[in-house]
Amino acid sequence: MPGLFDRMFGRAPKTGSGSKAKERLQFILIHDRINLPPERLEAMKAEILQVISKYVSVDSNNVDIALQNRERTPAIVADIPFNKMIEHDDPDEDDPKPPKSPQKDAEKKPE
Amino acid sequence: MGANGGAAAKPQPPRKSATGAKVITVTSGKGGVGKTTTTANIGVALARLDQRVVLIDADLGLRNLDIIMGLENRIVYDLVDVVEGRCKLRQAMIKHKQLPELYLIPAAQTRDKTAVSPADMIKMADQMRPEFDFILIDCPAGIERGFRNAVAPADEVLIVTNPEVSAVRDADRIIGLLEAEGKKTPHLILNRVKTEMIRKGEMLSPEDVTDILAIKLIGIVPEDENVVSSSNSGMPLAFLDGSRAGTAYRNIARRLMGENVPFMQLDDNSGFLKRIQRLFGGQTG
Repeated sequence: MPGLFDRMFGRAPKTGSGSKAKERLQFILIHDRINLPPERLEAMKAEILQVISKYVSVDSNNVDIALQNRERTPAIVADIPFNKMIEHDDPDEDDPKPPKSPQKDAEKKPE
Repeated sequence: MGANGGAAAKPQPPRKSATGAKVITVTSGKGGVGKTTTTANIGVALARLDQRVVLIDADLGLRNLDIIMGLENRIVYDLVDVVEGRCKLRQAMIKHKQLPELYLIPAAQTRDKTAVSPADMIKMADQMRPEFDFILIDCPAGIERGFRNAVAPADEVLIVTNPEVSAVRDADRIIGLLEAEGKKTPHLILNRVKTEMIRKGEMLSPEDVTDILAIKLIGIVPEDENVVSSSNSGMPLAFLDGSRAGTAYRNIARRLMGENVPFMQLDDNSGFLKRIQRLFGGQTG
């Protein structure tokens, strides 16, 4: 019954310290419930990104990995956009083509 | 007022419950949220609804329920005396004078907190089940031995909290511990609710709290100065008709008995009681 008690209380403002209390609680409880120290959590996020980057190019500026509560169950929700593949060079190892983007040119050091 | 009060005074013939008493533990995690007051008032409210009730104070070393109930001068034996075999269970049960179907087993004030085990509590509750309708256990604050003792025999757990960050956080911890123990999902009592502050957006609303904790409410108790004065005189508020908090406690009692009681409109202005009467068609409580 969403809104039932809010309606009962004739409540409107979402700007007072009440909503701040709610926000703080949500943050505190996510971490209480997952029971994982912040540094382990950061390590896990980094590792998830690393695994995905092995397969695709990740747009690392727009990655969002966050904890969420679904009822009483904590979940990790990841939004990891890939970089657009402008041109897909078939990365066939026995048929290396010359790189076309200037950036990749720069990376490619003379062997 | 007093639609329930009238019927409650009638003496009832002794009867045996078909199913035995329901054991309800009142807990909170955090101290000072009104756990003991809640236990006392629900007990009184249930007894006034003709239920046979025993209250157990499980807060060893820091007993309080006897004071709130106004029974502190009548203690001879306590919970630890029962567990250690110094007296019979019946001898430790203090009968309330106004409500002859209401009993209290006080906590020990001086003894070691480890004197009682969860198994002792289960045994004691089982011994009383056939003769009562409700056994209410007042749990100590914290999550240690005393908590485990108090929830061990519980069929149902009520979590008391206040609309404050720290109290809700501790309530969440308790819910997690009960989940881990495989207990039935507890119900929530939101105590000391200040309607005016909620309206201004300066306090967590019942909906905010249930959103966060994801358990069901069984009661919303408004902040009420009468709670203090009734504690002063050792006469729980639920004895009297007409107070806002007292009505909230009686509603909780009725919900525990399986009645579907709508949540009351909490309002600070003087039209409060009239509105309640209208809502319930004169049947307050």
